[in-house]
This record gives sequence, C-alpha cells and structure tokens, in this order.
Amino acid sequence: MSRQTPTFQETADAYLNNTQLRENLGHATHTIRDKRADIVGEMPDWEHLREAGNKLKKRVMRHLDSYLLQLEASVQEAGGHVHWARDAEEANDIITGLVKQQQVDEVVKVKSITTDEIKLNEALKKEGIQALETDLAELIVQLAEDEPSHILVPAIHKNRKEIRDLFREKLNNKELTDRPEDLAEAARLYLRKKFLSAKVGISGANFGVADTGTIAVVESEGNGRMCTTLPETLITVMGIEKLIPTWQDFEVFMQLLPRSSTAERMNPYNSFWTGVTPGDGPQEFHLVLLDNGRTNVLADEVGRQTLNCIRCSACLNVCPVYERTGGHAYHSVYPGPIGAILTPQLKGIEDDGAASLPYASSLCGACYEVCPVKIDIPKVLVHLRGKIVDEKKRNGSLKAKLDPEHVGLKLMAQAFKNSKRYERAQKLAQTGQNIFVKDGKISSLPGYLSGWSAMRDLKPIPKETFREWWRNRNE
Amino acid sequence: MRISLFITCFNDTLFPETGKAMVRLLERLGHTVDFPFEQTCCGQMHYNTGYQEEAIPLVRKFIDVFGDAEYIVAPSASCVAMIHEFYPKVAERSGDAQLAKEVEEIIPKVYELSQFLVDELGIEDVGAYYPHKVTFHPTCHSIRMLHVGDAPLKLLRKVKGLELEELPGALECCGFGGTFAVKNADTSMAMLSDKMKNIESTGAKACTSIDNSCLMHIGGGLSRKGSDTKAVHLAEILASTEENQ
Repeated sequence: MSRQTPTFQETADAYLNNTQLRENLGHATHTIRDKRADIVGEMPDWEHLREAGNKLKKRVMRHLDSYLLQLEASVQEAGGHVHWARDAEEANDIITGLVKQQQVDEVVKVKSITTDEIKLNEALKKEGIQALETDLAELIVQLAEDEPSHILVPAIHKNRKEIRDLFREKLNNKELTDRPEDLAEAARLYLRKKFLSAKVGISGANFGVADTGTIAVVESEGNGRMCTTLPETLITVMGIEKLIPTWQDFEVFMQLLPRSSTAERMNPYNSFWTGVTPGDGPQEFHLVLLDNGRTNVLADEVGRQTLNCIRCSACLNVCPVYERTGGHAYHSVYPGPIGAILTPQLKGIEDDGAASLPYASSLCGACYEVCPVKIDIPKVLVHLRGKIVDEKKRNGSLKAKLDPEHVGLKLMAQAFKNSKRYERAQKLAQTGQNIFVKDGKISSLPGYLSGWSAMRDLKPIPKETFREWWRNRNE
Repeated sequence: MRISLFITCFNDTLFPETGKAMVRLLERLGHTVDFPFEQTCCGQMHYNTGYQEEAIPLVRKFIDVFGDAEYIVAPSASCVAMIHEFYPKVAERSGDAQLAKEVEEIIPKVYELSQFLVDELGIEDVGAYYPHKVTFHPTCHSIRMLHVGDAPLKLLRKVKGLELEELPGALECCGFGGTFAVKNADTSMAMLSDKMKNIESTGAKACTSIDNSCLMHIGGGLSRKGSDTKAVHLAEILASTEENQ
C-alpha cells in the first residue's frame, strides 16, 4: 500500500489545541455517557444480555460462510437480489451500475458508515449521480464538505451556531436562528421534496437475518423510513459481519443497541423489510454484501471479535482519548476505540496511520466495560501492537529499527534477563541522569522523552535503589 | 506469614521509599518479608508496547524467582494485573506447555498490596496515622483489570487522623498508560490536566493510589504546576505511625 495516512500522534495535537472542539466534545460525550449509564442501570439482566450478544455474534463468526449463503437464499426467495462485493471498488461498481439502470441522477441515502467506508458518494459523483444524505447530522457534514467524526453523531464536533451559518449559506435561508427546532425544520423542508421525488434509495444495515432474509435499520429521525419505503428501488450495502442467525435474536440486539447507543429504551424508528412486497414499498430490492477486508479480520483468532461490533459507539463516548482529540484524529470512518482496532485490521498495518491507532489508547479499559457485545478492546489493542512490532522486526526499515523506543526496549529486555546486568543498568541511569537534574528535579529531557518533560517534572532516580537498601539493611 | 516481596523494577529504581514502607508495614503486622534478589521486571512495558517476544524470558524469570513462594505481594496493581491477565498469553505465545502450567499455578499467589491486606489477611485497620487531607485515585488497571474494588478505600478509612476527600471523576483515566504518556504526550497531558483539576478541587494535601507509575505522572504534573498537593503511594500512608511519620 503506497498511500499512507498521517499518524494519530501527528494529527491529534491540532485537535487538542482547538478549545471549542474540546468543549463541544467534552460536553456531548459526558451527557451521552451519563444517560447510557442510567438507562443500562435499569436493566437487572444487562450482564446476561451482553453475554448473550457476545455468544450470538461469536456463533455468527464461527459459521459465517453458511449463514451468508442462508441469507442469500432467504433474500432471493423473498424477491430480492443479492450481490457479492470483495472490496470497495467492486461494491461501488455494482451500486453505480444499479443506479444507472434506473436512469436517475439523484439518490437519497440513509446514514450508513459502510457506504462512507467504501466512499460510495464519491464513486456515484464520478458517474454524475448526486447522493443526498438525509440524516440531519450527515446532511450537515455533507453540506460542510466535512468528514463525520463520530459513528452515531457524525457532526458532534459542530455546535449550533456553526450549523446555523452553514444552513444560512447552503440552504439559502438567511433569517435562520440557531434554535434546534428551527434548524431541524429547515432541514426537514429541504429534504421533504427530495424524499417525494427520489426513485432510488440507498441504505446500510444494522442487521441482516439469515433465516428470514430481513434487513433492519434503526434510527431516530424517520428519514430512514422515508428512504426505505418511498423510492421504487432500494439498494442496501451490508458488511458481511452484520448477520444475525434468526429473527428471535432481535430480542437480544434490540435491547442492547438502543440503550448503548442513543441511551433509549427503543429507537424511535425501527424499519424491517424482507425482499419486496407487491404494491407496498420499493418493488426492486438489492442487497450488496461487502467484504472489504473483513475476512482477513475473521482469520485472526484474537482480532476476530472486532467483527462483533454493532456500531453503537458507547466506546467512543466513554473514551478519555476520543473525548479530547475527537474523531478526525483517527483518519478513518471508524474513530474511537473500536476504530483503533478495526481500521488497522481492515486497512492493514503497513499503513503508518493505521499502525499508529492501536497506540492511541492508555489501555484504561473503559471501552470494554460498556461494550454491549463484550469486545475486549484493550486486549485486541495490545494484540495488534504485538503484530505491529513483529512486522517491524521482520520488515522494518533501518530508520524504524534505530528508533529510540525500539532500541531502548531491546536494551532493557536484555538487562531485565539477568539481575546483575539489571543492577548495572540502574547504576548507569543514576549517573547518566546527572546532566538533566536541576533544582532536585528533571524538567527537560531530550528526543524521544521530551514529550514527557514538556509539561511534567520527573523526580531524579534516588541514589540508593530499594535492593541496595535491602542489602545494606541485612548485612 | 512469609511474604515474598515483588518490588517491581519501577519501584526498585525510582520509588525505593514505597518498598521500604511496605517492608515496615508488613513487619509491623508481624509478617516475615523475603526479597529474592534475582527478580527484575514483570515485562508489562514490553508486552503492552508490542514487544511480546521479549516478555517470554521475563515470565520465565518470574517463575524461577518466585515459583516456590507462598505469597507474592507487589505495590503495583498494573504489574500484578500484567501477571494475572497477560502471563497466560505470553506462555501461550512461547508454545511451552510447562511454562503455561507454571503460570497457571503461580497466578493465585500474586497479590497487589491492598488486595492482600483486605481480601487475603482480612485487615482494614493497620494501625497507621497520617494527619492530612487525602484524596484517592483508583487506577484503571486496579479497577478494570485486577478488580481490587474498594480495598484501598477500606484501608484509608481506618487510618487515624486522615481526612478522606472524594475525588470527582475518580474512575477516569489519568492519562499515564505507560509508553502512551511519551508516544501521545499531548493527549496524555490533556487527560492529566482534567485529573489535576479534580484533585486540586478536593483541597487534599496528598493524592494517593496503588501504582507509582500513575502517581509519577500525576505528581510530575502537579510539581510543574507548582501545586501544594503531593502524590504519595498508599503503602507510605499505611506505613506511617505516630512515632514514625
């Protein structure tokens, strides 16, 4: 892979310095975090539900091959068409081909991160087709020619005033105030016309049921219901991991998802459709099943649990790193803790940006605690770090191998193998530090360690180690 | 009771006072402390940074040094969590079934100090005296990996003269995270500044915890700020008496 994305470290700094952004995010994440804790707290069997969600998803991953074929057969039987896409390019070709068959130059879209992952809107645009985002936050992001920064709340980084200014300009509504009701009304009036004239709708999928062929989308605004019922043709893009085995499994996931994501007992709009129904809703339905790296994730025994994700974004809202840097620092449509494990697995760790993500965590474990399907994100982060270092040892450039962290950890590993060598290293550090000690503390360190001392003092290493004290005491 | 002290490389080198306090405390409670000299490092820094192959000899070393011990106690929740959570993984990686078996056997014998006192020995009042306002930062690894619960708080509540102030946002990470504090220094500092704000809002003279790594980070930030609040390991508070402060 030649196209490298910037690393998390490089990008985070700019966002950390944006105090408005940090205020917006801090406020928003803490609000959702508290609401989630309350609504989850109502459930006496929450831990059992998490366990059930985890087990169901594990079963899906174990038998993904047969469940996918079952889904294909169920959808076809219900009058739908199924397409298989190995990667983004294949998926985009299939979808643009289907849209062109309908001879339209505009489609309406339900919020879908999977379509962001494959950059569908760009692909459609190249063919002269305008994809209109109909979720309020996605619309904001699209009008601002920006990128989403949160899985569930894509415009979380924008405040009301910024949105008002955007709508005044792009929706040609000069008198608009920044009241949430007015902003929503402006979007509603703009979108309503589009819904009524659209011939093709495009959606993602929260779930696809193998035994019935049913696709489910949950949402809050009703735009999804419009997109999936009004157009004559509906195209759904679904990652192959979004499967659940049976209709009954909704019992578990329809409790886990809304409580974890929007902190609601139930989503305002829950749309389910199975193939086509004559005289009711779209008369042509296409399901595009997308791999795009997912089978590689499946092949990794530890990393595989990443595919359990139901995109609730609870992990983003509790993450102390995400809260400070925001989603854009992750350079991926999947930000936050889940993004830090999903992106490097989908993109591959040869990409510098992707390989920096597993290190964008203090391993505090708050994400694992809230995950409704019990993805042990810290464990996967550490596992991926291991793969990155193994890769560096095998194929790393000389520069990577001379990197002070690499050299330092290699040397320390040697010292720790033997207590005599370790004691000599302790003595070396005691003497070596002298040039940095000033007024009884170390306030400035060079190179790799300068990040530490920029805002933190370091106590010098004491003259006597514990083991020396012990030795002297017992002599 | 014979207790083998796993001092951890970090405390041995940077915070010997914590080790001395632990020895004073355990001896005061009538136990015999043993310090095997061959011990070095648990391997956490290497493992968590991705140098997992390098952790294998350190796990073997830990088993060689402490294999025969009855109780192994350390003043660091994260090093103990490394042993409990990741030693089996390291053993698995090594492909050595004997090592895996030995790891499985040693894990139940390894304790963090507060956990050992409260859960194993059943003591909450260790006879300590510390006439200061103190706030407690529960470290992430102690809460979410090792599950020490409120053992440290139980001990602190019984310290004579100590005024315990609740820390707002206590469960939020301080931003240390091992090499994270250096690799992503600015993000780490953004997390620390909120933690320090909360610590200072309590008016405490000391912020205590059961890991000197988080405390070095918190204390380093407080020192740079010129704050009056100090970072002090729980062992040092518990070792303090009216005679010996």
